Amino acid sequence: MREEIIVSGRNNYLIDPHLHIWHWQIPLYLFLGGMAAGILFFAAYFTLRGKEDKYHAATKIAPHIVPILLVIGLFALLLDLKHKLYFWRLYTTIRLESPMSWGAWVLMLVTPLSFIWSAIHIKEIFPKWDWKFDILKDIEAFLTKQKKAIAWVMGISSIILGVYTGILFSAFNARPLWNTSILGPLFLASGLSAGAAVIMLFSKKHKERNMFAKIDIGIIVVELFLIIHMFMGFLASTQVQINAAELFLGGPWTAPFWIFVVILGMIVPVILEVLELKKFKIPVVIPAGLVLFGSLMLRFLIASAGQERRWLY
Amino acid sequence: MRYAMAVDTKKCVGCSDCVVACQTENNVPIGYCRDWVVEITDGTYPQLEIELRSERCNQCDNSPCVRCCPTGASHYSDGGIVLVTANKCIGCGACIQSCPYDARYSHPDGHVDKCTFCIHRIKKGLEPACVSACPTKCMYFGDLDNPKSPVSEILKVRKYKTLIPEAGTDPQLYFLI
Repeated sequence: MREEIIVSGRNNYLIDPHLHIWHWQIPLYLFLGGMAAGILFFAAYFTLRGKEDKYHAATKIAPHIVPILLVIGLFALLLDLKHKLYFWRLYTTIRLESPMSWGAWVLMLVTPLSFIWSAIHIKEIFPKWDWKFDILKDIEAFLTKQKKAIAWVMGISSIILGVYTGILFSAFNARPLWNTSILGPLFLASGLSAGAAVIMLFSKKHKERNMFAKIDIGIIVVELFLIIHMFMGFLASTQVQINAAELFLGGPWTAPFWIFVVILGMIVPVILEVLELKKFKIPVVIPAGLVLFGSLMLRFLIASAGQERRWLY
Repeated sequence: MRYAMAVDTKKCVGCSDCVVACQTENNVPIGYCRDWVVEITDGTYPQLEIELRSERCNQCDNSPCVRCCPTGASHYSDGGIVLVTANKCIGCGACIQSCPYDARYSHPDGHVDKCTFCIHRIKKGLEPACVSACPTKCMYFGDLDNPKSPVSEILKVRKYKTLIPEAGTDPQLYFLI
């Protein structure tokens, strides 16, 4: 029998009795950032393929919500900081080894790009939009000409943003549940899936919706594959990672994870989307809403459960 | 220069003087601590074995906290001591997540705080507060690059271990066993 106690007493706020330094702000931001990355990626991809008119909602309508998503996400990040007034310190240095530094700089690139993309497509939403000042009109004309270049930068940086949301967690060796490189691609896939769901919600054309339903099915299959691989990797690893995986395989987080994330967030929407493709009438809001819910729950559950497990010594 | 500390688990009695000395010396806010004493009891009565460890930041050579800090607030100082510059720290919590020893905490002022090996005392030629307060003299401090330092001398003659070496952090807090 072994008993371990801290005889001197230790009750550091947010650290003891178990770590809970990150609350709702981080997973909410990761969800919004991932979804924004997904929308921007599809917008950039279909613009570069020259299919802007075919995929009208994806390239010209849905991206308008990205600046809003990013601003809410950034605000959540600011709320998470304990030394808020010093946030600008992120931008006085570039630290290649720190995922958070990468994230801060990528956001510095993606956020203005999303505003620019929204600005050059504003007339799609408000046909009578008037920039009022000539200089603004000139800037818009110039940026519209550079659309392809902007799409390239946006597409690449959105992938970095999507992967980073997972790497932020996976870079922590001290938290065994997070310490798997699968989280990068898994969160990217989840973000792309959420992006596709938002585009389906905005799309009025049946053909476009069907295309994104197909894309979404493909991405969710990849996600399921990644989740299985993640648990296989954990179970074949050290005792600390086996203990971490058991949180979701019989432990306290089993029901929320498999019901909310896997069944409701992935399997049910895939079934509904397949039925939709087979000409059944299914309101798009149901599969799209479930995908978004699953994507949000995935972040919340991984963030909360990850802080419950640590090295044993 | 490489500062390190060795704690004799056979001499420590778990009195927690090191903890109080640290709190007093470093003005640690009430309710927080930078060091703590762990007691591990193995076996069933009457065959019991106890190990007492005075723990703190391991001042790792390969510190995950320094690596993940997005602003460079966490950094290596003289002799490999890991320090936090308060007015560079944004309080994002990444270093707290990254520490396998849970040795860092969020200071009520917002920045992250941790053991400094009492670098302000070392610079004056004094020992860290915990070492100098220990009534059983169970702690040894010094420069590992100097073969005559107390920590080098004791590590030459005693068996020791470090905590979770498999985490790859290369900790510099040694426990004599």
